[in-house]
Parts: sequence; structure tokens; C-alpha cells
Amino acid sequence: MKPPPFEYHAPATVDEACALLASLEDAKVLAGGQSLVPLLNFRLARPAHIVDINRITALDRIYERDGGVAIQALARQAAVEDSEPVARVCPLLTAAVRLVAHRVIRNRGTLCGSLAHADPASELPAVVLVLGGHVIARSSRGERLIEAGQLFQGVMETALAPDELLVEAWFPSSPQPFAVIEESRRHGDFALAGVVRAAGRLALFGVAPTPVLADPRDPLQGLQPSGDLEATAEFRLHLVRVLTEKAFAA
Amino acid sequence: MKVNGVAHPAPVDPRRLLSDHLRHDLGLTGTHVGCEHGVCGCCTVLLDGAPVRSCLMLAVQAEGHEVTTIEGLAANGAPLHPVQQAFHECHGLQCGFCTPGFVMSVVGLLGQHPDPTPEQVDEGIAGNLCRCTGYASIRRSVHRAAELSKVPSPLRGEGQG
Amino acid sequence: MTTKWFGARVQRVEDDRLLRGHGRFTDDIDEGALESCIVRSPYAHALIRSIDVSAARGMPGVVAVYTAADLPFGQTDLPILIPHPNLTHGRTQRCLASEVVRYVGEAVAFIVAESRSVAEDAADMVQVDYEPLPVVITPEAAARAEHLVHDDVPGNVAAEMVQEVGAVEASLAASPHRRRHHFRFERAAACPIEGRAVWARWSTSERKLTVYDSTQSPTSIRGGLAVLFGLPESSVEVIAPDVGGGFGPKIMLFYPDELLVPFAAMQLGRPVKWTEDRQEHFTAVNQERGQVHEVEVGFDEEGRLLALDVDFIHDAGAYTPYGIILPIITAAQVPGPYRVPSYRVRFRDVYTNATPTSPYRGAGRPHACFVMERTLDAIAAELGLERAEVRRRNLIQPDQFPYEVGVAWQDGNRVVYDSGDYPTLLEKAIANLGPRPGGDHIGMGVGMYVEGTGVGPYEGAHVQVLVSGKVVAATGIPSQGQAHATVWAQIVADELGVDVADVEVTGGDTRRFPWGVGTFASRGAVTAGNAMAVAAGMVAEKAKHIAADHLEVDPADLELVGGNVQVKGSPDRGMALAALAVLANPVRYAFGGGTEAATQFTARPRPGPPLHEGEQPGLEATGYYSPPGSTWAAGCHAAYVRVDPQTFRLEILKYVVVHDCGRVINPLVVQGQIEGGVAQGIGGAFYERLAYDGEGQLRNASLMEFLMPYATEIPEIEIDHIETPSPLNPLGVKGAGEAGVIPVGAVLASAIEEALGVPITEMPLSPLKLFELVKSPS
Ligand SMILES: Cc1cc2nc3c(=O)[nH]c(=O)nc-3n(C[C@H](O)[C@H](O)[C@H](O)COP(=O)(O)OP(=O)(O)OC[C@H]3O[C@@H](n4cnc5c(N)ncnc54)[C@H](O)[C@@H]3O)c2cc1C
Ligand code: FES
Ligand code: FES
Repeated sequence: MKPPPFEYHAPATVDEACALLASLEDAKVLAGGQSLVPLLNFRLARPAHIVDINRITALDRIYERDGGVAIQALARQAAVEDSEPVARVCPLLTAAVRLVAHRVIRNRGTLCGSLAHADPASELPAVVLVLGGHVIARSSRGERLIEAGQLFQGVMETALAPDELLVEAWFPSSPQPFAVIEESRRHGDFALAGVVRAAGRLALFGVAPTPVLADPRDPLQGLQPSGDLEATAEFRLHLVRVLTEKAFAA
Repeated sequence: MKVNGVAHPAPVDPRRLLSDHLRHDLGLTGTHVGCEHGVCGCCTVLLDGAPVRSCLMLAVQAEGHEVTTIEGLAANGAPLHPVQQAFHECHGLQCGFCTPGFVMSVVGLLGQHPDPTPEQVDEGIAGNLCRCTGYASIRRSVHRAAELSKVPSPLRGEGQG
Repeated sequence: MTTKWFGARVQRVEDDRLLRGHGRFTDDIDEGALESCIVRSPYAHALIRSIDVSAARGMPGVVAVYTAADLPFGQTDLPILIPHPNLTHGRTQRCLASEVVRYVGEAVAFIVAESRSVAEDAADMVQVDYEPLPVVITPEAAARAEHLVHDDVPGNVAAEMVQEVGAVEASLAASPHRRRHHFRFERAAACPIEGRAVWARWSTSERKLTVYDSTQSPTSIRGGLAVLFGLPESSVEVIAPDVGGGFGPKIMLFYPDELLVPFAAMQLGRPVKWTEDRQEHFTAVNQERGQVHEVEVGFDEEGRLLALDVDFIHDAGAYTPYGIILPIITAAQVPGPYRVPSYRVRFRDVYTNATPTSPYRGAGRPHACFVMERTLDAIAAELGLERAEVRRRNLIQPDQFPYEVGVAWQDGNRVVYDSGDYPTLLEKAIANLGPRPGGDHIGMGVGMYVEGTGVGPYEGAHVQVLVSGKVVAATGIPSQGQAHATVWAQIVADELGVDVADVEVTGGDTRRFPWGVGTFASRGAVTAGNAMAVAAGMVAEKAKHIAADHLEVDPADLELVGGNVQVKGSPDRGMALAALAVLANPVRYAFGGGTEAATQFTARPRPGPPLHEGEQPGLEATGYYSPPGSTWAAGCHAAYVRVDPQTFRLEILKYVVVHDCGRVINPLVVQGQIEGGVAQGIGGAFYERLAYDGEGQLRNASLMEFLMPYATEIPEIEIDHIETPSPLNPLGVKGAGEAGVIPVGAVLASAIEEALGVPITEMPLSPLKLFELVKSPS
């Protein structure tokens, strides 16, 4: 379980990073490494190049903008968890990020990395989706805004092009009432199924290839979750029903 | 990078994990490796004061940062750090393989919550696996460590051990 | 001997080192060692058509690549460790497979390189042409024998054994009530946090092989390596340094790496090491617990057992290196603390295309306990009795010891319980559990067990008082966290009247003590503990005799107190042990440390030569202890749980343990063993499993998916003790290492069954399993 060989690049600016991503064949961005490095260690990922963005300065800001909160690519999940603006503007995000892994993982893992990684069982993509947030992607071709609804394309697949860097995620302020509830086997594990409620809106995670918006009155509509060792499709549907009830009873 | 206050040259091979660099290049074998995928917590070290998994970092990424390993908590011959002392007093270790990771996580936990509630203790150690103790004695150790950490430093380390 | 230390909550002497990060685990040892990696089979069953290692051999940084063809012992089957007459079709693997692979993870090639990274790169380049064969993966499929794991083993049956006490058919026929049950256990993994590792160096000049191995039995590894390499045992040193948990599977000879690493070190003339990674740990390290049981029980109106008929299949995995110890233990331990007038047990040990099995903490007992306790719960339900009451009515009584069960035990003897007080265990547990908490979906579970501990053949110890007065002690068995260094020091300190801090213990290092068996089967305290007492007692006698000569008193009037040998009750008439250590070794050349007192021109207390006939120099002794039979520990666990009827999350509201391991040497250590055991039991009952698919692939070979519990999943455990000293050994101790884990599955099954109202007949459980059971109870 040692990483395969790769070429390592540590750009100092976003522009440098984008230039590298534009010119290199088969490059992967390395942010917090909490998902990518395990994949390297298992040799499930074998990129030719690693573009480590951790040396880029001033890319770790968390700040208010447009009535919501913007979180830059190098803001660690722990910083989001402890952030006063996040707690004030988007307490749903504060609650959700606490469900991600363990503090020691969050000390390193980035929120933007979670969105770029797009694990279907991850909490954070569902949060940005339910709130109708967006991300900003930068490449040497320019900058574009991707709505949360467009970002998640499939299991660990996003609308980000291989040469694009996700530089910032934006979360609108969370309305009352809100809730994020999940069922996981152990504390800190990825969820078997989870729900995020923002006032009347509902998003589900862990039950489809991407997080999905659902009708709170009929959350199972159109859902066809896959089964795995810990949950069959039927159990996942059952959990969605139970968790949605809980979220809307709160 | 600085490890336990001492400057070291950069590792050569970019794919060298920080855990392997500490253990095999610098001989700091107190940092253990139990899974290399972020779950067991044995490899936890402090990076600029905050606990992180050294198996999920490339050693080159630690360039320009301060790394503290278990060996850096108490100097040779000096009394144990309060967290180490508490683990001793409360039988918080058996085989000791998970222990450095737990100690480093608990140092981080007490930095965040000097007076942790039982729930904060459970959450704070819930990223570390121990197969020997069943965690009960580790919970006791964390509470004791919180007490010891408040004792002014000259008395530190003078537990009942 | 005093008992100042025995029984005290002495804090551990091994902690300081481990807490400072100065422990020494096998992978910590470097000394310029080459690193290595094993190429393993990705197939559960396949013919090997060809192996091409040429690309790997040519890679920069690769030092050597070995396949079976490159090994002098390449065509030798590895040993069957514990042969048994009933093991008619025992099979073992070869160090490296060259013709057939029979489980995912079986070793095929070995690569030595300048670093593990390079070795893994080279492993990717090894081309093995496999022809997949049909796979047999469950014990049921093995018994159906539609496909064979070994061509020459008919029916996949490695062994079969039937034992009967009383007349089961007749008793069943005469029983007023009869029930049949089917109980199933899946495979489980011990999963110590430190994986396995081996480091070896060959010294050409000294012709000496030094091996560090994270094993539970360095003495046996030494014996085996000496035979394999044709060396005298004195030329092979095997050291188990700090070992990061063992729990059973670290005792095996041999895992392929235990031969490959020393072999490569000898060939290459450089130290070589191999450190297992977590991924390979899941398939390369022995597993346990896969077993399927058919049970028929006969009982009377009062719920008293009349007859028990158990027929089970044990999943051996692909090979039987460990013999049939596991099913023998299950067969012996099903009756537990209960009187079973007629008992018949049959087992078949069957091959499957999965990792071989060998004992994992509990070793055959969790299933045995599950079978008995689930059966008793069913009887209680049928007769409308309290669960505790049905147990109460069947327990062996304190005046019935020694109690003969009548079946075979793992040491070749019959099962005879030495001592115990089972009714008190039960009553205390029920009392400690207290009233049922209010609320819905709460269940109560209870389970009792006995555990045969302290099996032979023997262990030994060496104890020496140094001229400084400090004491060193050594035994052959290593520690994997059981605080041996503290506990042995307590025993020695009492025998010699010294402080625990003055006793330094070494275990598991054949350089310090070359004989012995190993750390397993809850045997350390009984075997090595008593050996320590024997050796230290011999030293005490020797000290008294030397002191008696000098003080001109009868040795019988002397006692060892405070580091001195003194006339009983007269502290002013005595001599320091340090001085006696000097006098014990008459010298010509004083070498410091007070040894001038033993040179030839100092006055001697008695005529004749400095050493009389039969005397040996040095204040030291080597002693052995060989138990006449197992000591039987016992206990009762009880719990209240709540199961969320919607999410099927398990909440353990209260968990109590009452435990009897005879005389307790160090309550702190026993408490730790039990807390850890129960946690491991909870993991095995509700979180962990080994999920093989039909192709024999383990689907959850990572700690992300093999759900070892964190602190958040493990409740506080309330522990209480009773002590029925074992009459079989001088210290009166019994083993405590495995007890915590044994009844947990049975207790949780019992409680969950009551909480949800669905029958629980299998292990492990999970929310998904409970969801499905509630949907359609089997
Ligand atoms: C033990 C453990 C438990 C975990 N539990 C959870 C959990 O419960 N819930 C959960 O959501 N996550 C969990 N995670 C994953 C964790 O949250 C990761 O940190 C996160 O998914 C990825 O963030 P990162 O910064 O570490 O990204 P990295 O690992 O560095 O990268 C992940 C992927 O995203 C890409 N990427 C990262 N940043 C960018 C960017 N700015 N632009 C473009 N691409 C980018 C990378 O190229 C890579 O493909 C767990 C991880 C571990 C080790
Ligand atoms: S080795 Fe890093 S978390 Fe297990
Ligand atoms: S003390 Fe052994 S794993 Fe924790």
C-alpha cells in the first residue's frame, strides 16, 4: 500500500496551477488528500502527475458574499466547522460538516475537495444542492460558475473539466428550519443514507449516484438506490422514509 | 521541515508518505502505521499544532511546516506530558501500538476542548482504533489528562505512577 | 513468600517506553534492511499455468524475485502444527504456490527491493497466468461437495469426529420436550492494529540467523527455522519485540513470510524485512468462526436439560495447518457451566476456498456458547420461564467439582472442570444488572460460559539477582499487551521480597530464554506465571542457604523482606540480596559491584571447596511449570439493549460482567483484558464481518468497510469478580485473556431477540440483518 510513482508539482498561484492542469496529461489535483491519498495508497488511482495546490497562498478564505458564505479551495473542513460567519449565515453547513469523518480528518480535508470528489454518500454535496449554491471553476481558459444542480454528474463525477480547478464554493444562507440527519454504521463513517432539509426543500445523499433533490411528501419517488454490504436498496428506501420524517418533524 | 523542533532536509522521493519519512528516514518510529488509509489513527501527528494523519500526507507536503511526533511531547528523561501521564495512570494502553496516535489526537482534543464533556471525549477519540482496551480506560485517561493539564507545570508528571 | 504485590493494582512498568514512542515493534527495526512484498493470488481457486517474473527482476531497485522454483523448500508442504488421528485429510500450503492457489491472498512470489514502493511496483509487473477453477466458499457448499478444494480430499472433509456421553438417542426419545435449532456463525477477523512483520539478518561470520517476528510464539519459530535451514537451534535467535496485539492469528508456523524473509536474508547477505499492509492482512492472515450447527435438545417440564445433540460443520478454509483444534474446542465447550446428562457432538471440518483458520480470541468458544445459550433461551421461551431461571436450574453446583464433562480436550486429556461457583456468577450478574429500564424495544440478554485456560505443555522462566540487587527475569512467551512485564514482576517480587520496580522482565526473546510454547489460549498467567514463581522460589531458597551459612542460622528461620534475607522477625540480623548475589558466585577476579567479597582471600563461612557438589554459581535459577490439566475460568455477562425499531441501530444500555479467573494477580490488567474482550465481542457481533462473495473475493478488505468499532460504539462495561482458586497450580490462577469475548454474541442475540421479538440464530448481526429479519422472520 504505497503510492505508485508520479510527478509532483506544487504551484504557488492559481494561475500556475491552471497552467499545469492545462498542459499535463493525466494530472490530479491534491487538496487535503483525505480521499486522494488513500486511493493512491491502494493504487486505485495512478495519475501521472499530482498538482498539489497546498502551496497556493490566500486560497483558504472563508468570507461572506451575496448573502451567503464563500469557501475557498484550501479552507479545511475544520475551519468551516469553527467559522463564525458559517455558523451565523449557514448553520446548516456547520451541522453538516461535523458529520464528515473525524476532526483529525477535517483538520486536513477541504470542503471544496469534498465537492470535487463527489462521493455520493458525502454530506456536503447534498448541502450545497439543497441550498442551491454554486462553485467557481477556474482554468487557463477562464472562470465559470457551476450551479450545484449541474455540478454532480455521477458517482464521483462532476461537471469540472480535467483542467479546471474548483477555487471556491458558495453556500446561500440556510433558512429555518433545517436539519441534516444520516444513518451511518459507525460515528464518522460515510452515510448509508442521509437527508438534508432546508425549510421546505429536501436533498438526499447515499441513495443515488449523486445527491438528489426530493419531494418531502414523497421522498422515494423515482429513487433506485444501489445495494451494498451494509444496506440493500430496500433498506435505503426505508431509511430515507424514516429520516425524512425525522427531518420534517424537527 | 521542522520535526520536533529540529530542521530536516526535504525528502527526495515525492511519493514518500510523511508516515514513512518520519519512521524510516528520520528514525522516529513512535509514529505507527496501522492502515495507510486514514481509518486507524495510529499515524496521527501534529502539523503546525493540529493533529493530522501522516499516512495521508506526502512528506514533501510537510516542507515549511512544523511536525510534532509522539517523541516530541516530552524530552528524554523529562516527565511525561500530561496526556501521556494520564494514559499511564489509567491503564489507557495495552500493546501500545495505537497509543501514540491516541495521545496525539487527545493533545489536539484538549487544545480544542480543555474541559471535554463525555460526548466530546468519545468524539475526540472516535477517529482512532484500539483493539486491546475496549476504550473504557482511554476515556478515563482523557478525563484525567484534562485534570492534569490544568495542574501548573512544575507538578506535571507527578501522578501516582 | 509475601503477597504484597500479588493481587494489587500495580501500574504497568512497560508504559513509559510505549508512551514516549520508544516502543520497539518489528517494523521499527531497520538497520539498512531491504524491503519486500509478496505477490498474492487474486483468485480463490485457480491453476497456475505460468509465472513470469522477468520484467519484475529487471526493474531498477529490485534485488531479488523468488518463486517456488527458486526455493530449496519450494516443493515442501508446510507443517501441520497439531496433528490428530481424526485429521485424516490434513493439507497445508507451500511457501509459494506454483501449481494451484486455493484462496485469495495465497502467496505466489516474493520480491525484495531497495524499498517497499519499488517492491510494489515490481509486484505489478509479475505476470501470472491463472486458469480459474470452481470456488467453494461457504461451509454448506463445502459439505455439499459439488466442487472440491483439494482433488484428493473426498467430500472436502478434512476431519470428522463423533463423541457421545450418555445415550443421546434414548434420552431424546424419552424427553418430554424436544426442540431443533440451526445456528450459524460467519467468519471473523482478529484484526490487531499492528499487522504482521518479519525482519531477519544472517551473519556469515558468526553463522547466526537473527529474526524479529511479530509472532506469539518465537520459540516455535526458532525450532522450525533451525530444522528448515539445518542449523543448530543455538544458531537461530528469534525475538518477538513489542507486538501490537495478537489475538490468536499471530501464532502460526509458518506464514510464508516467516520463511521467505530469513531465506532471502541468508541468500542476499543483507538484512531483509517484510511488513504486511492492511489490505493484505485481510486475506493473508488466518481467520476464524465460520461454523454451522444443527442442534436437537431434550428437556423436562422444569426446563432441565436431558439430552443435547449437536452436529456442526467447521469452515477450515483452504488448508488445515492448525489441525482441528477449533472444532475440538467447540465440541468440548458447548455444555459450558451446565449439566448435560446425555451429550453427543459430531463435527466435520471442511475445506473452503478461503483463508485458512486458526484460533482467534475465543477460539471455538463464542460459537459453542452461542449454541448453548440460544438453546436455553428457546427453552425458557417455550416453558414461559425467566431466562435466568432456566439457567439456574441447570448449573453445575459448587460441590460437584472436579466435574467431568466426558469429552476430549485440546491438550489430549478429557475435559474436567477444576473449580468454580457458577450459581454465584449468575446471581451476581442478575443483581448487578438491576431493574429493566423503561421504554420500548428494550431487551435483556444473559449468557454464561466456561473457558478451559492454561493449557500445557509447559513454560519456563529464568530469574537472577544481580550483584546490584536488581532482579532480571525472562520467559519464552512474548506479550502482545497483556502487561507480562508487570505481572511477572509482581510474582517474582513477592517471592524475593523486593520491589516490583527492581524486577526487569524479558519475554519472547530466545536469546534470553530459549524454551517454551507461546502466548495463546489464555495460558500465560497459569504456565509462565507459575514458572516465574517456581524459578523465583528456587532463587529464594538459594539465597536463604547462602545467608544461613553466613548468619549461622537454619534456613527455615529466614525470610526475604525488603531486598534482604533476614531472620524472621529480626530485621537487624540479615543480609542484602545484593551481597548474597556476590557470595553466590565465588570469583578469583573481583569485577566491581562488591564482588571483592567473594574472592579467595576473604573469610568463608564453611569448610570445603567454594562450590560444594551440586551447587551452581550465581543467585539464579531456571524453573518450569507444566500444568496437569486446564484450569477452567467462567463468567456471566448480562445486558440491556435498545434497538431503534426504525433504523435498527443498537444501543447497549447496560452491560455487566461477573468473572472468575481464580486468584487475580493484577486487577487492573484483568479489567483491561475483559473490557477489551467485550469490545471485540461487540465488534464481532454487530459491526464486523468478513463478506466473501461467490467468487471467494473478500468484499470489505479495508478498515473503511470492515467496521471495527470506535469508542463511540462501545459502552461502559461494569465488571465484578469472584475468585475460586484453581487447585491445579500453586498460584491458584486461571487464564483471563479470552473470557471477555466469548459470550458477547450470545448475550446480544438474546437481548436483541427480546427487544425486537424476532428469533436470532446467527452471527454477526447488523441493522440491515435486523431490518430483514423484522420484515420476514426466518
Ligand atoms: C477515515 C475517513 C472518513 C471519511 N468520512 C467521510 C464522511 O463521513 N463524509 C465525507 O463526506 N467524507 C468523508 N471522508 C472524505 C473526506 O471528507 C475528504 O477529505 C474529502 O472527501 C476530500 O477532500 P480533500 O481536500 O481531502 O480532497 P483530496 O483527497 O485532496 O481530493 C479528492 C478528489 O477531489 C479532487 N479535488 C480536490 N480539490 C479540488 C479542487 N479544488 N479542484 C478540483 N479538484 C479537486 C482531487 O483531484 C481528488 O480527485 C473521509 C475520509 C477518511 C479518510
Ligand atoms: S495508518 Fe494512518 S490512519 Fe491508519
Ligand atoms: S493498546 Fe493495543 S491497539 Fe490499543
